[in-house]
Amino acid sequence: MTNIRLLTAASSITLLALATPAFAQTKFEFWYGLSGDLSERVQDMCRGFNESQSDYEIVCVSQENYDNTLQNTIAAYRANKQPTVTQIFDAGTLDLMLSGAYMPVRQLMEDNGYDIDWDNYLSGIASYFSTSKGEMLSLPFNNSTAVIYYNTDALEKVGFEGTPQTWEEVETVARAMKEAGYECPIAFDPSGAWQWFEQFSAIHNQPIATKGNGYGGLDAEMVVSQGKFVDQLTWIKKMYDEGIIVHKSKDAGETANDAFVNGKCQITSSSIADHGTFGKQAAEGVHWTDAMLPIWEGTERTNSLVGGASLWTLKGKSDEEYKGAAAFFNYLAQPEQAQTWSTITGYVPVTMAGFEAMKANGFYDGAPYKGRELAIESLTFTPPTENSRGIRLGNYASIRAEMVKTMQDVLFNDRPVLEALQAFDAKGNEILRRFEQTYKGAQLP
Amino acid sequence: MERRAYYRNPVLPWLLIGPQLILVLVFFYWPTTQALYWAFTLEQPWGGGNSWVWLDNFLAIFRDGEYWLTVARSAFYALCTTGLSMAVALFLACFVDRALKGTKIFQSVYVWPYAIAAPAAGVAFRFIFAPQSGIVGSINQIWPGIWDPATNGVHALIMIIICHAWLGIGYNFIFFLAALQMIPRSITEAGAMDGARPVRRMFDLQLPLIAPTVFFLLIMNLISSFTDSFGLIDTMTEGGPVGSTEVMVYKIYFDGFKGLDYSGAAAQSIVLMLLVIALTFVQFKWVEKRVHYN
Repeated sequence: MTNIRLLTAASSITLLALATPAFAQTKFEFWYGLSGDLSERVQDMCRGFNESQSDYEIVCVSQENYDNTLQNTIAAYRANKQPTVTQIFDAGTLDLMLSGAYMPVRQLMEDNGYDIDWDNYLSGIASYFSTSKGEMLSLPFNNSTAVIYYNTDALEKVGFEGTPQTWEEVETVARAMKEAGYECPIAFDPSGAWQWFEQFSAIHNQPIATKGNGYGGLDAEMVVSQGKFVDQLTWIKKMYDEGIIVHKSKDAGETANDAFVNGKCQITSSSIADHGTFGKQAAEGVHWTDAMLPIWEGTERTNSLVGGASLWTLKGKSDEEYKGAAAFFNYLAQPEQAQTWSTITGYVPVTMAGFEAMKANGFYDGAPYKGRELAIESLTFTPPTENSRGIRLGNYASIRAEMVKTMQDVLFNDRPVLEALQAFDAKGNEILRRFEQTYKGAQLP
Repeated sequence: MERRAYYRNPVLPWLLIGPQLILVLVFFYWPTTQALYWAFTLEQPWGGGNSWVWLDNFLAIFRDGEYWLTVARSAFYALCTTGLSMAVALFLACFVDRALKGTKIFQSVYVWPYAIAAPAAGVAFRFIFAPQSGIVGSINQIWPGIWDPATNGVHALIMIIICHAWLGIGYNFIFFLAALQMIPRSITEAGAMDGARPVRRMFDLQLPLIAPTVFFLLIMNLISSFTDSFGLIDTMTEGGPVGSTEVMVYKIYFDGFKGLDYSGAAAQSIVLMLLVIALTFVQFKWVEKRVHYN
């Protein structure tokens, strides 16, 4: 008896197994580098996509952070086990571009019959992920830019109306705050090279390297010690020595962001993506607002750089999987999706249409979202110039780490600014030459 | 007459050691040869190809002044952690060995730190040593600025050394205690009757008698301090401030995984490997001669 029952069970299972492929969905993987709350939001998005259609099933796997995602994707790609779609952060863009390991997003969408208006993407965002000729290689996904955050109570106490727009004003209010008894007017973390150095260079239209920050070729050379950042770092050092800028970091026991939301520090600079976090975490009685990054008086503001990550489609997958990836990208590009994503995370909408729709809905008119539109204003302030469209330098993560060291060296070890930045340029050039040698003969797409 | 066991069947012994051999080959020699190959080429991270560059990678790191600083820092780090960890462990073991009150408890309690994973300890220590909020940091309220590992490289290095030594104490302690307990009581008792105080007995009797253990621990500690510091440094300082806690392994990790310079990192690991091999060789060649096993 039992035997027969087992047999029946076994045969029905076999039948099922044989029958399933007939209406099988195409499964494909998507690796991303967000964790915690943001990871949950990505999972919601994946669930939404799976429920919206029945041909494809996306499997979304969190790799915890951008570094892991990059490293794991590389390892998987080398072992031919790569996901179809992966999320790569800004500093990893050039390596991937030169690797030829990807399928350009434009081609992917065209091949699969989707008509995307590429000009609709915000220029500052598109230029970061495009070839020098303007073809987009990856799909902008979670993007941000840096802004400056002020504690409004502190501004009020020193009698400043509105928000400081220039560094001169920042210095004036910070000094006044110090005199008014605030211990930490400006929080500064050297590991924030992205906002304090890269964005500074972009909005002041200063090159970081020749050849349009590397867009023109792999033989670009660092020129930081010849530009305005010398004065900026000198200023930061002076403020630090006077106790107006205070060092806050993870290893000091409190990050700059934490010090700001707790009301201990009154000014900080960070990503617009933190706008949502600040709103949730701000301690009782801490009132704050954001503003575009300040510029120096007498300089013209240019657009700021985009940060964050984009979605890449990797080579070596089946046509079916590419169809799925294209459908997923199309799903993400729907205005409602773009708006939900931007609302819950604080990342900026990546298309002009998405931004206009949100503005028309009154999204930016009141708390808690008011202030986020400044990021778009900053990103689109001018059409991208050679120096503000992006940074296309090899092994950029290493160069960024050198900048962190350089700023620490100036602040903590009193190294002369010019000397430190010249050493930084030299070190950066070494990294660039090494990269150039690794990709000998390669052409930038 | 020499007695030797041997197999008639020439294949059988190979079959018997086969699994172990495969393990060693796959997990040790295969990666090592791969690293060696990469060290002589320029490898593209995404695997698009590589070019043979002979010794360029090694010349590049040897030309780099910062690399030599890292090597010197690693050596200093190894000496300090080893010395500190072994000295404290020996000190504790000597007391526990003296059969004082509560010895039984201490015997097991002192091993605990060894069971903590380095990154977990690193996170805990980061809070303890944090200059603006930690327990140790609270001395800044008495003498402002006296302790600041976040900006002072020397403080940061001292902090990592203390933590690494602390993690190793348990391991060293167990070996020292076992060795001390192997010494026949009569010897120490005879010393005591001749009027030798505990400290004298330790230096003249116990230490020479446990020399093989000291030698073994010396090698293990030195190797571990060259290669195991990663977990602590990554969670506590990430090599900073200004690279002052960047030791050889951390630089390898950073250049390879964050900087995507696989070849440079491979060359550095070959150098590190040779260094550790040389160190062990030197110890066996010269130091061991002064150790008497019986």
